[in-house]
Amino acid sequence: MFINATRGLIAATVLGVSALAAQAQDFTPENPECIAPANPGGGWDFTCRQVGKELQDLGLIGKTMQVVNLAGGGGGVAFAEVVNKRADDNDLIVAASSATATRLAQGAYPGNTTDQVRWLASIGADYGVIAVSADSEIETLPQLLDMIKNDPRSVSVAGGSAVGGWDHLKVLIAASAYGIEDVRSVKYVAFDGGGEAVTQLLAGSVQAFTGDASEAKGFVDSGDIKVIAVLAPERLEGDFAEFPTAKEQGVDAIGANWRGFYAPGGMSDAAYDAWVKKIGELYASDEWKEIMANNGLAPLDLQGADFEQFVQNSVSEIQGISREIGIIK
Amino acid sequence: MDVLANLGDGFAVAFTLQNLGLALLGCFLGTIMGALPGLGPSNGVAILIPLAFTLGLGPTPSLILLTSVYYGAMYGGRISSILLGIPGDEPAMMTVLDGHPMAKKGMAGEALSLSGIASFVGAFIATWGLILLAPQLVKIALLFGPAEYFALFALAFATLGGVSSTNQAKSAFAAMLGLGLAMIGVDTQTGVPRFTFGEVHLYDGLDFLVAIVGLFALSEVFIFLEHRHGDADASASELKVGRLTPPMSMIKQCTPTMLRTSILGFIAGVLPGAGASLGSFISYSMEKRLVDKEGTFGKGDPRGVAAPEAGNNAAAGGALVPMLALGVPGSGTTAVLLAVLLSLNITPGPLLFANNPDVVWGLIAALFIANFMLLALNIPMVGIFTRVLMVPPRILMPVVAMVSFVGIYGISGSSFDLLVMIGFGVMGWLLRKFDVPLVPIILGTLLGNTMENNLRRAITIDNGNWFTLFDSPLSLTLWAIAIIGFIMPLIVGRLVRAKMHERGDEEGSIAD
Repeated sequence: MFINATRGLIAATVLGVSALAAQAQDFTPENPECIAPANPGGGWDFTCRQVGKELQDLGLIGKTMQVVNLAGGGGGVAFAEVVNKRADDNDLIVAASSATATRLAQGAYPGNTTDQVRWLASIGADYGVIAVSADSEIETLPQLLDMIKNDPRSVSVAGGSAVGGWDHLKVLIAASAYGIEDVRSVKYVAFDGGGEAVTQLLAGSVQAFTGDASEAKGFVDSGDIKVIAVLAPERLEGDFAEFPTAKEQGVDAIGANWRGFYAPGGMSDAAYDAWVKKIGELYASDEWKEIMANNGLAPLDLQGADFEQFVQNSVSEIQGISREIGIIK
Repeated sequence: MDVLANLGDGFAVAFTLQNLGLALLGCFLGTIMGALPGLGPSNGVAILIPLAFTLGLGPTPSLILLTSVYYGAMYGGRISSILLGIPGDEPAMMTVLDGHPMAKKGMAGEALSLSGIASFVGAFIATWGLILLAPQLVKIALLFGPAEYFALFALAFATLGGVSSTNQAKSAFAAMLGLGLAMIGVDTQTGVPRFTFGEVHLYDGLDFLVAIVGLFALSEVFIFLEHRHGDADASASELKVGRLTPPMSMIKQCTPTMLRTSILGFIAGVLPGAGASLGSFISYSMEKRLVDKEGTFGKGDPRGVAAPEAGNNAAAGGALVPMLALGVPGSGTTAVLLAVLLSLNITPGPLLFANNPDVVWGLIAALFIANFMLLALNIPMVGIFTRVLMVPPRILMPVVAMVSFVGIYGISGSSFDLLVMIGFGVMGWLLRKFDVPLVPIILGTLLGNTMENNLRRAITIDNGNWFTLFDSPLSLTLWAIAIIGFIMPLIVGRLVRAKMHERGDEEGSIAD
């Protein structure tokens, strides 16, 4: 009895120590799981599935990443689940994007804040564009913003997100960078998705469109719309290379719809570092470059602390604008 | 011809083993559901939604399954009408008038097969109508801005009560309730959550599939629990079915009737909100006025069976036109189908034919296939279907309940949704007690957000000028139809309703 207990104790100690050692050296998730906070088919679902597949193909995880769709509340259901029930799960990562940051900034996840989770890394960004219909007289971004400045009622801007959502905020970031004092005067009309917004632009109901480069691509290819500004730090590659950035035109505005991951707040440092490293390696791979190119994702290479900082900054920027337009107090 | 080429592609999509199997399954289940008193096409489709999702079917196969159920239910409704004198669903109401007397005369088999043929003719003509008319509607639809869309939705709601409802005030109440439920969730035009009580599950609004399954399927179970000694299954065995094929002379006699009523029914179906009940009613009363010289209608005249059946099946096809081309459902069942399309990430409307040609033409081809299958199923298998009427509800209802729960949990994986569904079930049960129609609630929840958003978009674009709503010829036309559609039934409706509901079933809330 005594011997058995001692044996057990020794065994446990040895096992425990070796487990700790393994964790410190190189954490490997036993049952890697990725929560996509939306139904299959959307951007978050894509993020989980593509990253899961590539991580396995590159041998960075041993097992197939299990993707769980946990839709609801624009990601709020998943966020609450992670914070409340899975706070110290080392095997779990969750897909996130600008929409997550926007909702956190505006308090749209009741009772949840940015610092309740650990932000891992980004895997790319979809930069914003501002476009007009192909036969419009407007040629440049300052021209459009001048029109808004002189008579805000003359220009309706359509976008695919709700008021206060990312498509709306992008225009406001540009407007405020151009020196429009009262950004509330910018007339934004919310549609259900970028496609519907572009359709109304073509029908002539609205004068300008704000959305992501990937949303606009089909209509740019068909020659229906004219991109007057890309909200990226530098010109994009490929089809969008001919379109000027807002910065070139003297409007210092960047709007990146980034994609990335967060992890539970109680994840151990070893596991956090391991995940950051894995996603970093994935991002650097040629395979991932190809996936980015095929899916209209532009580079955004941030990991670990840099990414934490980036999310914090974007949350406070969004909070500032949201306060100005009166979405939050 | 462009249309034929597209249709050919559609048949290529539909002619896979899986899709044919689904069509057959849908036709079979649909016929049974239509035949069972109380379960109509909208319930039938609603009950099978979870099945489609659980099987992980793509958009086209799901639609093929569900529209086969829809067509099947339209066929099946007549079986209990003729055999039992109880309409299987509301559109089959008019079939009772002549079908049941025929059965009493020992001509049940003839009545059943004749009505099967009439259903086939109606649906066949309507499917062609759908092919020819829907792409035209698309061209018109590109003229639609937010103001016109708002007028269109107003039209759908104004004509919703229409001729087929027992009580316009109750329809209006139901529509308002639906619109109210649609308010729940984050408002896209301001980004402010409304009626969510800080519950994060409600931020996206209510899932209308949960609402539909709760309102229709679960409330059915509650109704059964209430009067546990269901007696609808009692009398079927007393009737002799008789010979199964109608004599050629009877078919010949009915052919002009079937052709006329098919066209009429189709038009009734295309009008948003009118639906199949109106189609069968108009068809029957027109034929009666036109050919009933000896006063045999109502006493077992075969033409009195053919007319409403061709009419209601044609209306079922017609109702798909505005649903696919404009995203505005023409009947209760198509409102349910619209919900399915939306949750499959397919937006019906002007761009559907351009963006998802495979879905549209695959669906249309499937309708043709389903129609032939139904004809083939219905003539020789009448005997089997009549036996289904004898499945006791105490076996049927638990199955319905199980499918509802498993299905909804399968879609969302959320126990919160199950609670919402039970809430809707109780609400549906209560509303049925008060004889409030359920379809307007669904239509309200479904269209409420879009309608409100388009109103606010139109007003925002025109800087708060409300007259923008009446600014174009198109919106003026729509408003005019809406107003006429709302007022006409109030004037002529009393007369029409009195006739129509002479033999109406007591559960009028299951309107199509």
